[in-house]
Amino acid sequence: MSFSTIEYRKKPLPAKVGIAGFCLLALGLILILLSYLTDSDRSAYNNIIGLSFLISLGVGALFFVALEYVAGAVWSTPFRRAAEFISSTIIFLPVLFIPLLLNLNRVFSWTHPLPADKSLIGKAPYLNTNFFIIRVIAFWLIWLIFYHFLTRNSKKQDESSDQQLTQKNIKLSAAFMPIFAVTITFSAIDWLMSIEPHWFSTIFGVYYFSGTVLASLAACTILIVLLNENGYLVNGLKPDHYYSLGALLFAFINFWAYIAFSQFLLIWYANLPEETVWFLTRWYGSWKLISIGLIFVHFIIPYFGLLSQPSKMNSKRLLIMGGWILFSHYYDLYWLVMPNYSKEGVLFGWPELGFPLFISGIIVLVIYYKTKRENLVPIGDPKLRRGIDFRL
Amino acid sequence: MSEKILYGCTALFDSPDSVINAAAKVAEEGYVKYDVHTPYPLHGMDKAMKLKPSKLGYIALIFGLSGASAAMLTLWWMSAVDYPLVIGGKPFFPYPAYIPVVFEITVLSASIATVLSMLFFFFKFPNNIHPLHGTRYMKKVSADKYGILIQADDPKFDESLVKAFFENTGAAEVDLVYWDDEEISHNNSILEPKFLIFLLAAAVITSGATYVSFNKLLYIIPFNWMSEQPKLSAQQASPVFKDGFGMRQPVAGTVARGFLPYQFTGQPDLAGEKLTNSIPVSKRSLEAGRVNFDIYCSPCHGFYGDGASRLHGQFPNPPSLHSEKIRNWTDGRIFAVITEGQNVMPSYATQLSTEERWEVISYIRALQRALNAKESDLK
Repeated sequence: MSFSTIEYRKKPLPAKVGIAGFCLLALGLILILLSYLTDSDRSAYNNIIGLSFLISLGVGALFFVALEYVAGAVWSTPFRRAAEFISSTIIFLPVLFIPLLLNLNRVFSWTHPLPADKSLIGKAPYLNTNFFIIRVIAFWLIWLIFYHFLTRNSKKQDESSDQQLTQKNIKLSAAFMPIFAVTITFSAIDWLMSIEPHWFSTIFGVYYFSGTVLASLAACTILIVLLNENGYLVNGLKPDHYYSLGALLFAFINFWAYIAFSQFLLIWYANLPEETVWFLTRWYGSWKLISIGLIFVHFIIPYFGLLSQPSKMNSKRLLIMGGWILFSHYYDLYWLVMPNYSKEGVLFGWPELGFPLFISGIIVLVIYYKTKRENLVPIGDPKLRRGIDFRL
Repeated sequence: MSEKILYGCTALFDSPDSVINAAAKVAEEGYVKYDVHTPYPLHGMDKAMKLKPSKLGYIALIFGLSGASAAMLTLWWMSAVDYPLVIGGKPFFPYPAYIPVVFEITVLSASIATVLSMLFFFFKFPNNIHPLHGTRYMKKVSADKYGILIQADDPKFDESLVKAFFENTGAAEVDLVYWDDEEISHNNSILEPKFLIFLLAAAVITSGATYVSFNKLLYIIPFNWMSEQPKLSAQQASPVFKDGFGMRQPVAGTVARGFLPYQFTGQPDLAGEKLTNSIPVSKRSLEAGRVNFDIYCSPCHGFYGDGASRLHGQFPNPPSLHSEKIRNWTDGRIFAVITEGQNVMPSYATQLSTEERWEVISYIRALQRALNAKESDLK
């Protein structure tokens, strides 16, 4: 048997991508500054949504990279770089969490508990400002370290084709898995659940994790399909690759629905006031529409969008559903956070737009500069040939 | 050999790649009635044979959806229409609770329908006869070779052409398969009496075996060793006694130890006159009364006896214990209410012993006095 050599010529993305990225970034930044100047409270809540979204994309993509190594998957090797590029947004997380750390008491009532509030006083050993800041920075450093070493080994392999580097990355990824589980769970508890510090749900970490993986997978899918359709990746990628991406997306759509419904069912059935209050906040006034809409936006529409076999192989459908899933994850985070700020009803205006624009800018620019400097395909990876030949 | 009817022409190949290439050529030539047999599924075969996606998915979808709606309708009819019951304070039709059940039934009906339709529509069950059975070709393709069969009833079939075509594509062996006499005369109808009798027999044997094992087998030695014991169970008849009852009445004129019968059933006012609190008020008895009050009384009357409780507004509102009427009641009158219940309030005689009831009453008195203190209490 003869192996045909893999033909890959590196092409940088067109300059207009970079310009578009800068425009998004600048527009977002202006809106963020304006909203922080006019209404700091509201902006801080939006900041949490934005931060959680960026954690979802960056850390979720790193999880996807690690998953490929741990599982020994070959089908995703030809486009693993897409996930690596998106995971480099981890570097920019401080841009979003430093303004929040300076404004903690605008959002988090546990920073200044009432003396009579025994529940919060009891939680103070965990929920206090110092420990919170330590956790946020520690988690960020952990993610950064794993990001750095995983991608460094992968990049080195482009030149050396050294198989030992894959072995090293497998060990790193195996170590990353439990650490990822713990850090993502506590990030969800810290940033999202502790906005309502009296309320608790033991499944909340898994709930955020399901959204995280779904959103980062959707972002990777969009990037992979766009790059491949425009000829930036290697030749020979087949509908089978698209199908696998679509099937994974479809699986996590169902996983999210399963977890979200489990959380709702247990709280609804037990009917304990200290637990139901969380859903009642989201059932008050016009928030009811957003809550019902979540079922459609996050589950029913993407479910039927990716149900049939041909739809998972169709590049256009994957792009549309990928974009839709990213939107639905932002919608989900908005539903998690905003009812605590605007208790009377849905609130949406220009201050809500700043962070999505800013984050899109970050992602576009990160991808633009990464593709300029690095190969878009891990050409030294020993699994690449098998990955291109992958068939369902 | 001449009277035998030709079924088709088979070819055996040595490698999966060669059979995929050959299958693609067969499809290109325009043959329609052909099939590929391999020991294991080959990637890319669907595409080579230009197969359309299977229709089984639609069957699964239709039966899944009808299973889901049938389950939801059944649950709705049973719990909201035919026999409405309040369960856990939920509405009569608590649909979130039914979603797991409906989900399971969706999966169950979709999978059963898929398996059955696969058997009956695609495999033509109960037909179990096929010309390929017992041929060398079938033995080879279920072991280490890859085969293609072109049926003789294909419109383009021509014995010599097909043979030559197979040899060109690189087949290792080319062979002809004929129908057996038995196979030709075989009737494949689903209504075949033999099959129906078999089905009926299977049903009778399964249900009979189930009935015998659960209703007879489990009640003979040695399976009944634990369940049948030489003692009387509640409500059981007994030949020992003259009246035939296994359960006995207490001896007339006696009282069980530590138990005083309540003599004022249905006469709360009389109880109020005759009964007095037999437990002296002490720190210990008040504390014991508070514990039981918090457990049994507070869910309706509130922790302070003022009726402000979790259940306020969900039932006829529980009354305050600080009203003029109740403050003027004697201890015995309150004892009658706890013992027998009143309006919506049930009897608490089984939860609270006589002493505990008196302790609770002392605690209620303390609550009343805390809210309606007399001048003398302030001194």
